[in-house]
Parts: sequence; C-alpha cells; structure tokens
Amino acid sequence: MTRPAYVIGVDVGGTFTDVFILDEASGQVSTAKVPSTRGDQSKGFVEGIASRVENFADISTVVHGTTVGTNALLERKGARTGIITTDGFRDVLEMRRRDRPTTWGLKGAFTPVVERPDRVEVSERVLADGTVAEPVDVAEVKAQAEALAKSGCEAVCVFFINGYANNDNEKRAVEAVRSVWPNAYVTAATEILPEIREFERLSTATLNAYLQPVVSSYLDKLEKGLEARGFGGDILIVQSNGGVMSIDMAKSYPVRTALSGPAAGVIAATAIAKAAGFDNIITCDMGGTSFDVSLVADNEAALAAQTAIDFGMVVRTPMIEITTIGAGGGSIASLDASGLLQVGPESAGSDPGPACYGLGNERPTVTDANVVLGRINPDRPIGGKLARLDIDASRQAIDTHLAKPLGLSIEQAAEAILKLANAKMAGAIRLVSIEKGHDPAKFSAMPFGGGGALHTGALIKEVGLASALVPRFPGVTSALGCVVADMRHDRVQTVNRLLDQVDAAELGAEMIRVGDETEALLENAGVAFARVDRVAELDMLYLGQTHTVNVAIGFPETGLTTQDIRDAFETAYRESYGRLLEGIPMRIMNYRIAVIGRRPKLDMAVFAPVDGKPAEDCRMGTRRVFAEGEWHEAAVYERLQLAVGANIVGPALLEQADTTIFVDPGLDAVVDGFGNLVITPGA
Amino acid sequence: MTIDPVTLAILKGRLEQIADEMDATLFRSAFNPIIAEAHDASHGIYDARTGDTLVQGKSGLPIFVGVMAFAVKAVIEKAAKQGGVNEGDVWIFNDPYDGGTHLSDFRLVKPVFRNGEVFCYLASVGHWHDVGGNVPGNYNPAATECFQEGMLIPPVKLYDRGEFRQDIVDILSSNSRLPLSLYGDLNGQINALELGEKRMNALLEEYGDAKVADCMAELTARAAQMMRAQISKLPSGTVSAEDFLDNDGIHDAPLKIALDLTIDGDSMVMDFSRSSPACAGPVNISRATAIAACYVALKHIFGDVPANAGVLEPVEFRIEEDSLLSVKAPKPVGGYTETILRLIDVVFQAVAQIAPEPAMACAYGTINALSLAGHRANGQRWVMFSFFGGGHGAHGAGDGLNHGNAPISTATIPPLEILEAAYPVRFTQWALRPDSGGAGEFRGGLGAVYEIELLEKQADVFLFGERGRFAPPGVVGGGAGALNIFHYQQADGEHVPPMASKIVGVHIDRSQRLRLETPGGGGYGHAFERNPESVTRDLRLGYITAERAEADYGVVIGPDGSVDEAATRDLRTREPAQ
Repeated sequence: MTRPAYVIGVDVGGTFTDVFILDEASGQVSTAKVPSTRGDQSKGFVEGIASRVENFADISTVVHGTTVGTNALLERKGARTGIITTDGFRDVLEMRRRDRPTTWGLKGAFTPVVERPDRVEVSERVLADGTVAEPVDVAEVKAQAEALAKSGCEAVCVFFINGYANNDNEKRAVEAVRSVWPNAYVTAATEILPEIREFERLSTATLNAYLQPVVSSYLDKLEKGLEARGFGGDILIVQSNGGVMSIDMAKSYPVRTALSGPAAGVIAATAIAKAAGFDNIITCDMGGTSFDVSLVADNEAALAAQTAIDFGMVVRTPMIEITTIGAGGGSIASLDASGLLQVGPESAGSDPGPACYGLGNERPTVTDANVVLGRINPDRPIGGKLARLDIDASRQAIDTHLAKPLGLSIEQAAEAILKLANAKMAGAIRLVSIEKGHDPAKFSAMPFGGGGALHTGALIKEVGLASALVPRFPGVTSALGCVVADMRHDRVQTVNRLLDQVDAAELGAEMIRVGDETEALLENAGVAFARVDRVAELDMLYLGQTHTVNVAIGFPETGLTTQDIRDAFETAYRESYGRLLEGIPMRIMNYRIAVIGRRPKLDMAVFAPVDGKPAEDCRMGTRRVFAEGEWHEAAVYERLQLAVGANIVGPALLEQADTTIFVDPGLDAVVDGFGNLVITPGA
Repeated sequence: MTIDPVTLAILKGRLEQIADEMDATLFRSAFNPIIAEAHDASHGIYDARTGDTLVQGKSGLPIFVGVMAFAVKAVIEKAAKQGGVNEGDVWIFNDPYDGGTHLSDFRLVKPVFRNGEVFCYLASVGHWHDVGGNVPGNYNPAATECFQEGMLIPPVKLYDRGEFRQDIVDILSSNSRLPLSLYGDLNGQINALELGEKRMNALLEEYGDAKVADCMAELTARAAQMMRAQISKLPSGTVSAEDFLDNDGIHDAPLKIALDLTIDGDSMVMDFSRSSPACAGPVNISRATAIAACYVALKHIFGDVPANAGVLEPVEFRIEEDSLLSVKAPKPVGGYTETILRLIDVVFQAVAQIAPEPAMACAYGTINALSLAGHRANGQRWVMFSFFGGGHGAHGAGDGLNHGNAPISTATIPPLEILEAAYPVRFTQWALRPDSGGAGEFRGGLGAVYEIELLEKQADVFLFGERGRFAPPGVVGGGAGALNIFHYQQADGEHVPPMASKIVGVHIDRSQRLRLETPGGGGYGHAFERNPESVTRDLRLGYITAERAEADYGVVIGPDGSVDEAATRDLRTREPAQ
C-alpha cells in the first residue's frame, strides 16, 4: 500500500473545530468534529487532525479557515498599536467618515482600536498630485517611534495623507521606524492599500497592525504544534477573498483573514455546485443569530470591495460578499407596539437559546416553531450539545407570546413565525440576486451549516428559485472549502486620471508588470497549481461621479489602447445602468490585478454514497408535520444511507448528524451522483 | 377589512425593500457627491388619493421621510387642475413652498397605474449640486427672496404619457453652473422610479392589488396606534422649550423657536405659536418642512415609530401662518437645514423634561455648508461644496458620539483626499476639537476642527452655518457644547464673519486659510455627577483640558496626574451642581 498523502482542511468555529481530510494517494475522504479549545485554538486544531491521522509526516498541506482575526476585531483584543501620521491628521481614525451606527436614535458610540495618545504626528506633506510639499522629518519619526515603543505599543502603522499618490515619505518613515525599533509589526498604509480615501486606507492598515501580533503568535503556535507531531508540509490560510495565502503572508497581512471562516464555506459551496452541474447558486448559512447569503454566478463568488466588521471598523480589501440579516434559529418572534408580528433582530442566540433548550429563555424563537411543527426531531437535536429538546416549552412560549394575543392556534402561530422568518430570508436572497440584476429562477439555494436545510424548500417557493442543493455534509462545508480553495492575491493602485490623459499602452504594461510580480509571490509559496489565472480590472466612472464600475480589461498583443478601455467601460456601464451618458469624460480611478493559482480539483464523486439503499429501506418511520395550515404524516429518512438516484416526495424529513432537511409538500428530492440532495418543485 | 398578520408583516417588508432599492439605485448612479456619498436623497411609496406616505426607504435622508408626502400632494393638486394624471407621466419640481425643503431638492413624482387607475405614487427627491442663483451650491446666506437662491420650477411634466420632454431638461440645464452633474443626477432619479414601478407591478401581480391596498391601509392605522401607545407612556401636562438661531444672515438679531408641548392621554399638541415671525433672510421654512422636522425628532427619541403618515395622526400642530416656521413665497428658504435642526433641538429639550430616559441632549446643530469657488489657470470653473460634522448630544446611557452627522441626515463626509484630488485646496488640519463637548454626567460628543489652505490664485468663500451665538444645550442638567467658530485669512490678517457663521463671497488668495471649528453636543446630567475616572480618561485622551476638568467637572488633578480625591470631594460639595 502506498503511503497516504493528506491534504487537510480545518475550520475552527466558536463551538466545534471541523476537520476535512483528503488522502490524495487513495482519493479517500474523512471528517472529524472536535470541540474547539478556547484560549488557544491551535490545541483543538492539532487534536482534531490527530483523531484521524496517525503520522503527521503523511500530511502534505494543511489549509486553515480562521476566526482568530475576526474575533480579535469583534472583541477588541488586538495588540496595543501606535499610528504615526501627517501633522494635523491624527484623528482621522476616530472621526471616520462622519457617520453614525444607526439612522434613528442618536445614541451611538465608537471607540477606535488605537487610543488618541498613541496616534502621533510628524511633519511631512504630499499633495494630491504626488508632489512632495514637505519631505518627512526622519529624526522626528525616529523620536516618535521610540516614544511609542517605550509607552508599550507592540505594533505600529505609518500612514501619510495622499500616500496613494506618492509613498516616498511613507517609505522613508517606515525605514526610520525600523532603524530604531526593530519590530516585525510595522505596517505601511500604502503597502496594505495604495488606494485613495484616507479613512478607509488608514482603518484597513491600522487593523492590520492591530491584528499582526495576535494572529502571528497564533500561527506560530499552530506551526510549532504541527511540527512537534512530525508535520513538514505547507500551511495555507484562507483569505476573505476566498483564496488562500501562505502562512508567512498571513502573518504580514492578517487583515486579509477578517472573513476567512465564512469565505471558506462559500468556496466549498461553489466547488460542490460546479461539480454537480450548478453554475448559479445562492449559499445560505443559517446560524443561531443570523442568516448569511452569498451569490455565486457562473461559478464565481461575488466580491465586495470593503466591509465593516463593526461600526467604524472598515476593512477595504476584496472580500467574498456576504449579506447578513438577523434571522437565525435563535431569533425571537414578538409583537411590536402596534401588534404587528416581527421576527428578530433580537436573538436568544445559542445560550440561553430557544425556549426548547430550557436554559432560561421563555420567548419563542424560529427553532421553537420548527420543533412545534414537527420539523425538528426533539429526540435527536443536531450539534450534540443537548440530549433532547423540550417541545412543551416551545408550545408554551408560542402560546403565551403570540398565539393568544393574535387569536391563532399554536400551530398557526408557529407557522406564522416560519413564514415571516422565511420572508426575511427571501428578502436577503432578493437583495443579492434581483437587486444585482440576476434572475432568481436561474439560481439554486445551497444551505450549509446546521439550520438552513429546514428552510430552503420554502425559499424555493417564496423567491421562485430553480431548486435547492443540499451538500452531503453541510456541517463541515467550511473545512472542505479550505481543501478546494485556490491561492489568490489581489493588488490595487489608484490612478485617478481622465482616460484622455492616460497613456493606455503604458498603463497596460504596468498592469502586466504588477501581475508578473504578484505571480512570482504565488510561485514562492511552493504550492503546486493546475494553472494560474489573472484578472485585470479598472475602476472607472464618468467625470463627476463618485461610485465606480468594475471594468474587465484584456491585454491585446499590440498593447492596450484608449479605445479598448473606452469600449470596455461602456459595455460595463450599460450593463449596470442601462444607459450611457454622452459627451462626459471618463476617469480611471484604480486598477486591480488578481492572480489566482488554481489548485488541483477535488473529485466531488468521493462524496457519492457507497452501498446506498433505496429510499424505502432508509425510511425510519413517520412524524406529524404541520405545513400550509394542516398536519401531514411525513416520512422520515436516514439521509446518509440513501443511494444515488433515490427519490423522495415531500412532505418528508431527512435526518443526519449535522442537519435536518425538510422537503416541503409539493417538492421532490433526489440524491445526485455526488451525494447531494437536489430539491425541486414537484411535477 | 381583515388581513392576516403574516401577510401583513411580509408585505411590509416587501414594500420597504422596493423603497430601499430605489434609494440604492440613485446612490450608485448619481453624479454629485451630495447624493452619491452623502445620501441627500429619498424615495417612497405614497397614497393614490391623499399623497400620504405609505412606505419610505430606510437609507435616504431622514428629513425627507416626513416631507415627501407634501410633494406628492402638490402634484395631485396641480394635476387635478389639468384634468388629472395620466399613465406614463413623471412630474418634476423643486418649489419649496409646495412640498417643502429648499430649491436644491428636485422631486420627481410618478403615478403607478393599475387597470387605468392610479394605484399609488412613487417619488424620488435628490439634492442637486447647483440650481443657479447667486451662490454656487445654493447656500446663499444673503438671500432675501427665493429668486436669489436658484431657479424655481413648479410641478411640470418631465414625461407626458411616456413621452420624454427634452425641453424641460434644456431649461434646467441652462440654469445650472454644473449641467452635466444635473443631467447625471436626473438620470439616476429616472432610473430609480422606473425600477420602483417595475418592482411594484411585480409585487401587485404576486399578491393582487386589493390585498396590497388593504395592507397599506392597515399599516397606516397601526402606525397611528403605535404612536398613541408611545404618547400614553408620557405624563399628561404641558412643557416648554425655547432655542434661537443666531440671525437670518441679513439682520443680526436672534430668531426664536419656541415649543409648548402638551401631552393629553394618547394625543399630543406641538404648539410653535410663540416662535418668531417670518424673517428677511433664508432661514424660513414651510409648514410641511416644520412638521417633517418634528417627525424626525420624535422618531429619534422613540425609535421604532414606523415611517408612514399614521405616526402624525395623534399629533396636532399649531404653527402661525406666515411665520418663521410656515413661510410663503417668495421669502427665502435656502438655509432650511439650520432651522429644522434648531426645531429638533427644541423638541429634544422639551421631551427631556418629561421623558429623561429616552432623551438625548442637542447635537451640534448646524450643517456648516461651506463652498469655495473660483477659476483654474485654464479658466475652468470649480466649486467645492461640502457639509461638516460635529458632536452628538450625550444621553442617559453614555457620552455623545464624536464627529457624527446631523440628525436630519445620514450623510458621510467626502474623504479629504477626494476633495484635494478634485479641487485646488489642501487641508492642514482635520481633527477633533478638545473641550467642545458639553459637560455633564455624560459628556457631549466632540466637534471638529477643519483647516483648509487655498492652492489656486484666488477663490470666493461662502459659509452657511449656525450656533455661532447660541451653543447646543444640554439636557437634564447637562452643559452646552462649544460654539461654532469660523476664521478666514486675508492679506490684513485673520477675520471672523460679522454674522458669526454666515458669509457671502469673501475673497481669499493663494496660501490663505479657512478654519472651521464645529460645536460639540450638549451634556446630559450634572457634570459634578460624572465619574472622576471618566474625567481623567477624557483628560488623558485630550478630549478636555485640565482647566475644564476642574471648572466644569469639579475634579482636581494632582501633580502626578491622578485625581486628588479629597480636593475633588471638597470642590464638588462646596459648589453644588447648578
């Protein structure tokens, strides 16, 4: 027998660490779920692998989706960080873009991650056209850096106004800082983001510096922990853009891991759907407090240019666009002052959780409605935290808070909760599809995580989606995503000139050169790729506008011309807004280059059920389920035993350890060749 | 009529989504940064018969939430005189006396027809960059008639039965300094209305016209019910509050806004009769605008009040005809933002007396519309126009937000790098302003200091600001925030405007600077009640100076920088909080 060659994906969540193991030698896959270790996530990480892998020397690659960065941001547990900035501008971070957290009610608060005394100023100034109006005073920079070090800062961010246009001063300042304060945690703002808009650039760069010590020390521990077990392969980290980077890159650019965990899930969903022949999907991740959706069109996940991790905590790097609404299993259903039913945004989360958990919450939640209506088996709760659920507590909660005041039966009230929760989720799906110009009839919903598969059937009906695709192991999707993610690096540079004033050939040559540099970075990581792709884009707009459109650019052999750029812009603009604006000059704001190293594809057929059985043999009995105003006797199946081609007619429930799937009345489900369950409207 | 509670809740969400999507479409495609970045625009769905607001987008400018209904009413009335509206019509206008606000805000109103009848109206409003008048950007503090503020367009048809009337656009374009910007914004608003109509029709096909109509009526009824429930929680009786505008830009005399607020069971009377008469300068507002401002204030305080006409059903307004708060043409209204901010402050101060728990102190209270205009070396005209931020008021659960946006808007400030890239200026300071937050158990948020240097040969400077003479008050015993201060340099030195925060067309030359120091928010509760640790923290962060720590907060700082507890106790008991 040949030695195994493992590629392992690890996703560390709040409760569980999921491990997905692919043996490239045999093509076999296995999974493990172990409790996450709070405090030092690397322990649970290593133990999770050890529960399945005997010899760590057999592991070629470990790919990791991490929430260490996300949590440090949300809990404000980054390092004490200093900012060295242009004279007159130390408050840019705290002043934000003059916004507030909520439209109504003026009670917002904001605490920047760097305190005011740790934000210091030096003499220097660059103008918007790149002219150095005042060279940086290097001695002053050194003195300020020494003072910050002495006061206890661990990391520092150097940020100068208009650095995007010319970063000479900033570079000299960074050298000066390093000369007096040898420190791996020095971030130059323009190195992170050479893009116009001072607050967004500073915020992104500062958060990078703030995360560096925390993320680096975690990754160091992880490396040591793996090495101690004999591991000698590569460690890759999933970025928010859905691509992976080397562990060294992650230590330098930890801000790129801000949405690492959720991104991995979307990547897995994309890969599973592609293998199954679905090009257009909307991923649906339902957790305790929120419902996250992402759009994948033509096998590409939509990217957002920036996101706010929290109020005023802006990260501007390309990220998989994840739209979150407050509708999760723990979302509380209530009546507002006018007696109107609402679900969320208040949530009981997972602790105390739904009323049926019996941990102190007595108000009805979405999960309680699912329990009352027979969709969740109270004797077999997913996740393994509780032995059983208290259905009477669910009924009581719904009766007291909703059914009685509204004059409905408990079942009717419970169904009302689900209808409203589904409507909110449908709204989120419309938001990411219809509002972006996509026809939902061409999309399939892909639920992952524990709760989504109870609701996808309803979403098909509500939004008019083509179908739903439930992966074989929804609970370990993110870990699988780590294994299939490509390596990706994004670069951006502000141009901010009128198209007519740009030498198109020169711009094209520069973009190719930057692409080459970025590709060299990829090659240095020592990872094998099936091929390397490049995406080149310009952010363009009509003179006078402030919002840009993405313009895909190709590079003809004969060199890029102004006409090529003009044509590409007009095509993109027409697609976005329908009509062109005649006679208005065009401006190029930024160029963007993405270099993507495609990793060898995992054959999703490994998920096909082996020795599967026909549906009737997997039937465990029936359960009463309330749907569309009446009780049904729904068949209950053991999902993982179903053979390829097994066909199930709704209403039906399919159970497995990490999720429950509800096939609504009027829907059909069939197991495809990759072990997915495909749910479609019945004939 | 009965409508099941689930369908009602679902349709509410669907209707809101349509309005939100219209907002998003305009923000993305608008030309001028006041809409694209500052979101000075709004969209909604309005009653076919009355024009009342049924649903309003969540991301637009809050003040428009109340005022748009008056715009739709104006179109309904005008159209009635012409034999009614037709399918395919789109009306356009900016008449501030007939639908509120000021000339910069252009409204487009489009009927949605079903089976030959108007089912509802959709409307879009956006703040255009320049609509003519004496001052680029249209904040003319010296205007005495609306004719000096810009072009005034009554409700006219931009589309007549689906036919686009280029004539109208030609008239608008030739009256603006920035016709391209106007053209781009107008297109964005048309896009938004077209999209809204498409979505509305899809929704009606799905649910049926009757069901959606029932739902709209029910939502209005429930909004009224909700507002009554809120009012019932307040103690019955009358409270009063007064506040002042510095001046009207013409005569340097303060203008009073007075509110006598009466709670009677589940209804409320907002009586502004004691306010000043109409003034010569541009801080008058229409009655529609005044009512909309009250709505904004109430929604800030009471939170979950829905954005529809039902909310105002239990509220009676008493506003004198032809007064500062109910003006008639052609009295100027260009600075309406300042007046409604003050009106909101008055509502905050009155409500704080009877409901301290949900109350907030006054925010910085001025929009500070600053424009710089000139010509580049190549003769090309440039106009930089922006609003600036300040501190929010403190409240019973915490300090006010530093450098927030005005209560009437959710506008963000343009990045200074964008301004420097677009205009011949450089900022020399962009910072928080120490000691600007009102003292209190909870401190007001800090205002800001912005300093701008001119890089071209010369420019004209226009400022429309307020709070230069009357600082933003605190509530429940809290102190006031700092005053608004503006300085400009000329060859003979530094000057402050004679009208405090208002100037028209002052020339500055290359290298000369402007400096705007904006107010902080008011404080909440007695400053001597503030935790001394919070005071030392404020001192360490440079939010306050040591002098103020002692004078305002009664906290004595020892030589080692920590609180001298004995001296503090002594000071705080010797001089009890006033």
